[in-house]
Amino acid sequence: MSDLSAVARSVEVPLRKALPVLKERGQREVFCGLTGIVWLHRKMQDAFFLVVGSRTCAHLMQSAAGVMIFAEPRFGTAILTDRDLAGLADAGDELDRICVTLLERRPDITTLFLVGSCPSEVIKLDLDKAAERLNTRLLPKVRVLSYSGSGIESTFTQGEDNALKAMIPLLPHSEEKQLLVVGCVADIVEDQFRRCFDQLGIGPVSFFPARRAADLPSVGPNTVLLLAQPFNGETVRALIARGATALSAPYPLGADATTAWLAAAAAQWNVDAALFDTVTRPLVERANKGLAKYRTQLVGKKLFLMPDSQLEIPLARFLHNEMGMELIEVGTPYLDRQMVAAELALLPESTLISEGQHVEKQLDRVRAAKPDITVCGLGLANPLEAEGFTTKWSIELVFTPIQGYDQAADLAEIFARPLDRRARLKL
Amino acid sequence: MQLTLWTYEGPPHVGAMRIAAAMRGVHLVLHAPQGDTYADLLFTMIERNDRRPPVTYTTFQARDLGGDTANLVKAAISDAYERFSPQALLVGESCTAELIQDQPGALARGMGIPVPVVPLELPSYSKKENWGAAETLYQLTRALLADRIPAPGTPRPARRAERPSANILGPTKLGFRCRDDVVEITRLLGQLGIDVNAVIPLGASPEDIKRIPDADFNIDLYPEISRVTSSWLQRTFGIPHTTVIPMGVRATREFVAEVAKLAGVDASAVLAREHPGEASLDSSQSRLPWYSRSVDSTYLTGKRVFIFADATHAVAAARIARDEMGFTVVGLGTYSREFARDVREAAASHGLTALITDDYLEVEKAIAEAAPELVLGTQMERHISKRLGIACAVISTPIHVQDAPARYSPVYGFEGANVIFDTWVHPLVMGLEEHLLQMFREDFEFHDNAVASHLPNMAKVANVAAAAPSAAASVEAMVAPAENAVVAAALPPAQAITAAVSANESITTTAPAPTNTVSTPVWTPDGERELQKIPFFVRGKARRNTERFAKEQGVAAITVETLYDAKAHFGR
Repeated sequence: MSDLSAVARSVEVPLRKALPVLKERGQREVFCGLTGIVWLHRKMQDAFFLVVGSRTCAHLMQSAAGVMIFAEPRFGTAILTDRDLAGLADAGDELDRICVTLLERRPDITTLFLVGSCPSEVIKLDLDKAAERLNTRLLPKVRVLSYSGSGIESTFTQGEDNALKAMIPLLPHSEEKQLLVVGCVADIVEDQFRRCFDQLGIGPVSFFPARRAADLPSVGPNTVLLLAQPFNGETVRALIARGATALSAPYPLGADATTAWLAAAAAQWNVDAALFDTVTRPLVERANKGLAKYRTQLVGKKLFLMPDSQLEIPLARFLHNEMGMELIEVGTPYLDRQMVAAELALLPESTLISEGQHVEKQLDRVRAAKPDITVCGLGLANPLEAEGFTTKWSIELVFTPIQGYDQAADLAEIFARPLDRRARLKL
Repeated sequence: MQLTLWTYEGPPHVGAMRIAAAMRGVHLVLHAPQGDTYADLLFTMIERNDRRPPVTYTTFQARDLGGDTANLVKAAISDAYERFSPQALLVGESCTAELIQDQPGALARGMGIPVPVVPLELPSYSKKENWGAAETLYQLTRALLADRIPAPGTPRPARRAERPSANILGPTKLGFRCRDDVVEITRLLGQLGIDVNAVIPLGASPEDIKRIPDADFNIDLYPEISRVTSSWLQRTFGIPHTTVIPMGVRATREFVAEVAKLAGVDASAVLAREHPGEASLDSSQSRLPWYSRSVDSTYLTGKRVFIFADATHAVAAARIARDEMGFTVVGLGTYSREFARDVREAAASHGLTALITDDYLEVEKAIAEAAPELVLGTQMERHISKRLGIACAVISTPIHVQDAPARYSPVYGFEGANVIFDTWVHPLVMGLEEHLLQMFREDFEFHDNAVASHLPNMAKVANVAAAAPSAAASVEAMVAPAENAVVAAALPPAQAITAAVSANESITTTAPAPTNTVSTPVWTPDGERELQKIPFFVRGKARRNTERFAKEQGVAAITVETLYDAKAHFGR
């Protein structure tokens, strides 16, 4: 774990004095790690996610996915019943039966993730062992992996971290100098970044996860990690343990941060400053042109971020530094200082960061502060609107391409739209 | 273990939430891990509720498990009582908490909370959402009426009020059109001179539950939710309850008669406005009878309808489909296992075997095999129908946001019948349009994905999707124009072929579709062309039946002749 902070210091991002952090415990209005499956199963088109859990898990998945995906989902739930709990059915046999049925229906699947849940963990169902056993039957056609998406162990986006970490032992070793971008991004964002890296002469470049789970990137002592998402801390630490070096940079949300993010990689490849400027300047100009319109709508507006996706700190930095918004409170489910060191350095000294949640007390603070916009989960948005607050539901931020220059304005628009809507409606 | 992609019902604690969220002055404390708060969004997003469900979650984590989760429960209970001052407190647990056995209900009872505390046992690994809702309503009602239970054998006190009154039992949050059904039934009762004593649980407070015995009878409006409670009230307080579900014109008339009998009122004035068997606009308070008789509705005759829903709405919909719309019900089923018997009986009356399952994949398979022209179902069947390209209307929970409309749209009572007529007809291809589609199949704009012209957006999407197939069809037409013309002229209407092909099959008797094995007969180009003239919604079935026939007869290549031989065979 110390490796990453060492790297962070080595690229000379000043580690600031500890910001005041309000730590709270109580009711948390956040999803569990299973929810990550909703985007992971779309990103990796040859992977299937089988949750081993309860009816609640299955219900959560379809509620989070909104039952709006008309294609057959590449995820499902093996629902535990009384028979399984009473030991009347052998969990191993049952799981084998379900996996085989599933894979018969879906011959296109090459990677099957067994995803642990709260109940499977409480009854100590060993999914690692189940995956090993299934692999002896199913390899080489299908590889079975396991990870935990349970709410007792993980929050919302940590599910992606756990899924990626489970893939790391499979990554082939490589001595080659290469860039590995870590964290799920939309295909369009991946393509844009690839073009950028090509133009800068940075390469070879891999993205983790790739569009196919079977296309595993390699890793080794000359692998340089550039982080696209702030919630993959365990994955990054496991990659560092495989010899990789992590770059410290803000996350590519907003134009300035995207430049800093690309610059971190460019420095490693000794990219000529003039070339860097030639490549990025038109992109920055285009991004700023797009952002200007929204800056006038957002500047000076008071922002309250409730904890949800772990994107809150980078978002706060973008909305404050590039859009001129005033930060009232920046909530985060948990604070992984190593992962957000470069972000924290860019936040104003006075920022109130809250970690964890006591939702009732936090709502009291929202009511007291009267923010212009509150970023919160779907369960809270309409009730807050009914109280007169303008809200933005945060789940859209993990389902929308928001990284990079050409998405910077889209990201700003996500926050400007609710304000625009409120201004339009004469109701 | 049971493999599930989508589920019809949530876990039982979501049922408990539907009761709590429907009421005022009730709070639910749920012992549950992080993540279970997802259920809040069902209420605030699908039904657009403007307040959070009155639920406090303990949100325990792994690190709490070694320590004292019981204290976490107690803290959550006392915080919730302090903050929300409920008049009654429900205490339950979700699936994971059930495994760690903290018994939050017992803990809560020992805390000296000065309002009724109702512990809920919600077995997550064997029961589901509707059961949980029914159980919660029952336990809450029992607890609140505990001190009013008469000694066994006590006769019911004589009616005090001048006007008879009834309780409406069962409407909840996240039910199907509950808000408007309650308004419609209240209006109907008003016409009969019957007051509504209490609506339970929608909009009710604990005080309203305590007033239940003041009514003369109960209306068991949503049996999945209210039957356990109404039966208990009948056993314990001697309060009778209704048995007819007022969905459809005929059922609503029967409901009026049943209610009048229970209330001891004269229904003749209301029923006098009902003229069963008469064909005119004022033959009923509902327009459905006249609209259904109107000649433009002829095209609805014998439309093949597949119904899958909760038991109450499935059974009622099947009756309306057959008796009031003139459809043919080709499949009937439910996910409500508790009411499977009712659905089996109803299915038998349609000559069908009921499909009782909560496996979405099984329902999808049954629909594909039955090849209906209309599916009446839930959000899941909307999903299935979209994939299969079949028209669909939603008639039951589980619902999505578009099934909680802003406008007044009950499905119960006379107005409900009007809503049903419109809702079920809307997704279908209109009569004349359907004829034209069948007669001029070769028209380049009449492709397989053509949808009703009054659904412009869908048509646009379909146009794009169908560009390739229609191009292929026009190539075919160019290759053999003369032949096509001759064949088309000599043909009986395409529908006749398919009707005969599918006539002797119901979803339950259909053999599994032959898979693409080596023994599958091959379609000759002319056979394939002929098949394309059959309407797309039954073409799959015609194809399968012809292939099965060819296989049985040992025919290797399917020609036009084989197709008609198969038609004759199955039409026998």
